[in-house]
Amino acid sequence: MHPAASVIAFTTLSGLGYGLAFVLALGHGNPAATSTKIAWFLALTLISIGLLCSTLHLGNPQRAWRAFSQWRSSWLSREGVMAVLTFIPLTLLAAMSIFGDSFNLALGYVGGIMAAVTVYCTAKIYNSLRTIPQWHSGWTIATYLGFSLSSGTLAYVGLFRKPLEEGRTDVWTIVALGILIAAWVFKFMWVQNAASVGYGKSTMESATGLGHIGKVRLLERPHAMGNYLTNEMAFRVARRHMNLLWKICVLLGLVLPAVCLALALAAPAALTFFSFVALITHMLGLLVERWLFFATARHAVGLYYGGDAALVPAE
Amino acid sequence: MTSLPASTDKKLGLVIDLDTCVGCHACVVACKEWNTSGYGTALSDQDPYGANPAGSWLNRIHTFEVIPDGEVIGTAGDARVVHFPKSCLHCEDAPCVTVCPTGASYKRQSDGIVLVDEEKCIGCGLCAWSCAYGAREMDLAEGVMKKCTLCVDRIYNEELEEIDRQPACVKTCPAGARHFGDLADPQSDVSVLVKERGGFDLMPEQGNKPVNKYLPPRERTELGANSAPPESEEESVAAEGLLGWIDRALGTLDGKGAK
Ligand code: SF4
Ligand code: SF4
Ligand code: SF4
Repeated sequence: MHPAASVIAFTTLSGLGYGLAFVLALGHGNPAATSTKIAWFLALTLISIGLLCSTLHLGNPQRAWRAFSQWRSSWLSREGVMAVLTFIPLTLLAAMSIFGDSFNLALGYVGGIMAAVTVYCTAKIYNSLRTIPQWHSGWTIATYLGFSLSSGTLAYVGLFRKPLEEGRTDVWTIVALGILIAAWVFKFMWVQNAASVGYGKSTMESATGLGHIGKVRLLERPHAMGNYLTNEMAFRVARRHMNLLWKICVLLGLVLPAVCLALALAAPAALTFFSFVALITHMLGLLVERWLFFATARHAVGLYYGGDAALVPAE
Repeated sequence: MTSLPASTDKKLGLVIDLDTCVGCHACVVACKEWNTSGYGTALSDQDPYGANPAGSWLNRIHTFEVIPDGEVIGTAGDARVVHFPKSCLHCEDAPCVTVCPTGASYKRQSDGIVLVDEEKCIGCGLCAWSCAYGAREMDLAEGVMKKCTLCVDRIYNEELEEIDRQPACVKTCPAGARHFGDLADPQSDVSVLVKERGGFDLMPEQGNKPVNKYLPPRERTELGANSAPPESEEESVAAEGLLGWIDRALGTLDGKGAK
């Protein structure tokens, strides 16, 4: 699938925003502290930027409001509705902290759950597509939720936890490390499934119904040049680049943040520095992860364009 | 409304004969010609006369080569080239309809045709992602989703002669490879055709229950079985005039003489 920058930005930034909001909504952070106020503001800003990004790839963004109407059947519509509704408790909580130095746990639970449900809806948009077996797996949902929370906790630790004296342990750093590892376990499960699932049950033979005669091979495309379908759904990425990008992704998204968090635990005085670096590399890693999530996904329509033979460009 | 109707009164659709399609692309052109000035906005092209022309089409022909196991291409046998027209299959369980966030995509309860209301479409492209058949294409000039309308503005069009109330692609096909009708009616010509020829669904495993059906290529007869020259020469009538002269001249050449 074509990795659109707007969709990559949308899913990673809003994931980070919702993750941070989730942590705050569960009552973490002193509502009177300036850092918590900034954290609330940042979470809402990230969510808003993410949602604005998501409208950038629309052909007719001026009609985007119509997307709230079909929540009965469409996960994209549900996601839009949930995003708007979730603003209500989150904005109230942010206002309580920023203007009233206060917090309400009941409202916090409502906001936290709604934030999680919104991320779930985002993941369902991809997960519900039967045409893309790599996405049509429960690990897609686990990964989206996991990375939303891992980036959210890293942001909370990296930006808003204070350095501690030598010998003290910041429990949040341990939590962040645990969530980071858990999210990556989900991702590795996703990758394992994605590596073997291919086009699912569909083949060029089932796509054409000609399997009873023999092996099917594309002789001629409908048109000599590309079209919307091949650009959008038969995106080409060379396998050798893919392997390299995957290594970069794991390095930035998992290894470096984990090492930084370990260093932050070892040197509590430098907690802010190390956990901030952890956040930055994690987010860079997630950008690559999201790019690969799209770029490596095989869509059933590729079978009408020669299957993997069409996906692997001559090198 | 993007929930699907529980059932539709009719199931209008196409039956496409992979045996007779000659891959001429006439239906592709006829489809674009009719629909660019019909339902919704025009079907735009990008860089049409340049180095990398592209555009929106509602119907495209792929060409496949099918090789039986162990077959060496070029030897006698069943290896063959199959031209493969593909447009929207107006699926009964159309995922393109249910994923649409705006209500722009819908399936009609009366006849089962799947359409896009372009006034409502935001051009998110999710419906195209959900279609396994590549039957939906975004129009890059207008930012709205395009798909086969089953020529809804022809088949009910009272301005047209009755005989012309057929989809443009069906009317145009010089080989008679595309058939239009109601697949819910077991007596209809298309249903009978599907039954007789063993019509099948594309990618049944995707669970979309397509209405359009495809007819498989017929069994091959033995090579040359139908191409033997007529045995008896007596039946040929003696040619006269100029043709007679040519016949006699040719006869002299191949040694048989004129009749
Ligand atoms: S062929 Fe594709 S666009 Fe047409 S109804 Fe089926 S899923 Fe929808
Ligand atoms: S592109 Fe248009 S028709 Fe397709 S899902 Fe989006 S809004 Fe609906
Ligand atoms: S029925 Fe009409 S719109 Fe559909 S492929 Fe044929 S000509 Fe095109």
